[in-house]
Amino acid sequence: MSTVTVKPGRPWKRTPKQVMSTVLVLLVSAAISFTAVAATEMKGKLAYLAIFFISVVVINFAENYFNRGIAAAKDSVSSSVTAAGLVIAVVPIFSILYTIFDYGRAGLNFNMFLKDMSANGPNDPLGQGGLLHALLGSFIMVGFGLLMSLPIGILTAIYLTEIKGIYSRPIRFLVQAMSGVPSIVAGLFILSAIIFPITKSSSGFMGSLALAILMIPTIARTSEEVLLLIPDDLREAGVALGGTQWRTVSLIVVPAAKSGLVTAIILGIARVAGETAPLILVSGGGDAVNANPFESPMGSLPFYIWKGFIFGTTESIARSWAGIFVLLVIIFFLFIAARMLSGSGSKK
Amino acid sequence: METKATTPSSLSDVANSAKARKQPGSGKLGVGLEARGVHAWFGDKLVLRDVSLDFWSGTVTALIGPSGCGKSTFIRTLNRMHEFIPSAAMAGEVLLNGQDIYEPGIDVTKIRLKVGMVFQKPNPFPSMTIADNVLAGLKLAQLKTAKKDDLLEECLNRAGLWSEVKDRLNAYGGSLSGGQQQRLCIARSLAVRPEVLLMDEPCSALDPGSTLKIEETIQQLSSTMTIIIVTHNMQQAARVSDYTGFFLSDGGPGELVEVGPTNEIFSRPKDTRTENYVTGRFG
Repeated sequence: MSTVTVKPGRPWKRTPKQVMSTVLVLLVSAAISFTAVAATEMKGKLAYLAIFFISVVVINFAENYFNRGIAAAKDSVSSSVTAAGLVIAVVPIFSILYTIFDYGRAGLNFNMFLKDMSANGPNDPLGQGGLLHALLGSFIMVGFGLLMSLPIGILTAIYLTEIKGIYSRPIRFLVQAMSGVPSIVAGLFILSAIIFPITKSSSGFMGSLALAILMIPTIARTSEEVLLLIPDDLREAGVALGGTQWRTVSLIVVPAAKSGLVTAIILGIARVAGETAPLILVSGGGDAVNANPFESPMGSLPFYIWKGFIFGTTESIARSWAGIFVLLVIIFFLFIAARMLSGSGSKK
Repeated sequence: METKATTPSSLSDVANSAKARKQPGSGKLGVGLEARGVHAWFGDKLVLRDVSLDFWSGTVTALIGPSGCGKSTFIRTLNRMHEFIPSAAMAGEVLLNGQDIYEPGIDVTKIRLKVGMVFQKPNPFPSMTIADNVLAGLKLAQLKTAKKDDLLEECLNRAGLWSEVKDRLNAYGGSLSGGQQQRLCIARSLAVRPEVLLMDEPCSALDPGSTLKIEETIQQLSSTMTIIIVTHNMQQAARVSDYTGFFLSDGGPGELVEVGPTNEIFSRPKDTRTENYVTGRFG
């Protein structure tokens, strides 16, 4: 008995010959850009890139025009322009990441996660002192901010998508406007509305209040988008089974949107984790570890970074870069967590 | 279905042979549901004019008619789902066991417990397992039941789904096929023990096999409750229903043209428009 084995294939994939021709176009373009820069007055990386891009477009256009006609030629131009757009968007991101890693590396040491700056000045050698106070302060302030903004943000989103009352339009407008408010305005608001007239002193809690003002619109808007994705079928099914609106929302709609709501929360955290301006105004920015948000100044990562740069010595600037590195890693992990949580929810 | 093979021209045969017709009021389940002069609007547009229709307990009534004739709007007025649409308005009375369900002060959630609904598109709750889906109504309406497992099995059995899902009650509802999902939705409606079950084109998204299963389910359920089914499939109406109502809109609001025992509607309709529709001459 003979068995016919059929191998799975992908006939729509590009053949090695086609891939080679693309590589050839890129190589020729690179050669042209080198010769052009060498032969003419033009100088710099930008010149290389510009000439490389133009020659890729021209060669592709010509090749497609002669072999496949004008439509294919136009298609190749738009593909090249799209690819260039991608490069322009991505290069700065990688450049920033690389710079932070490169500069931040020098200031990184394990000791800095265990110590604060109460006994050391920013000018001291890098092994001494640390950013524990800043890390702790950031966690406490963002945590308290989240505690306040989470219920307000999600309830706002529920009002906008589920209750759809007569105030929906003005509230949606206000939430959108609020998400565009410069962060320093939030700091000024807390300063003038609470610190000057009432408490007369800055503290971590004041910082969380300012951060909460910034987080509410982010959480509300993202949650609204997520809740809008839940089909009305489910709401109707819940109500048709004899549920009140509140029970339908809390037992059906919110659980169905759970992963999206978690993403909204994480985006809200990432929005404020790097906020500097309001914290400079209201949190006081101490150098010692302070776990009590209601009394005496509290440090934070952005404040630590800002202070190091203001001081301006080699050591203090290296400290700041290390602080940026730590902050970036935290935000990076938050975004990965958000992606994973929202991904696992949408499958099923 | 295959044994009594039918051509579209012999719908009346199907209607005649389907089963012994129940007589009005022969059920022992109470007066049933009565619509009195029901009108419905969306915004300023009148979409349904003056529909009066009685649904006897323990019978199956099919509502047929071309798209846009107000059938779905009508059955949504019967459990107050009509008001879920923001611009909706209505006039008239809907009496459930003699009580107007639109009377001020009536608890609308109680009405919907008594008048259950199965929708056109299967809509199991995605965040819940099969078992939780069936019992969702109890949770939503905060009802207590001593024997959840018995209720679960009973409802899935009555919906004709038990044998297919009994080994995976903790799988998510979305993992079932379309036809199974729809029967899950029927089981979910049964768990709160409604007196009336409204079905809005329950088979329009399903294949013939699943459709047949749901029709069997309807037959079994009809001895214990009042069933009202909207359908575009006239064969289905002829197969499952005791009474048939024909709705029509001449471009304006939809109206009830004729209602009567199903075999009469399909064999000797009184109105020529009904005759044209059931014989396939238009619509």
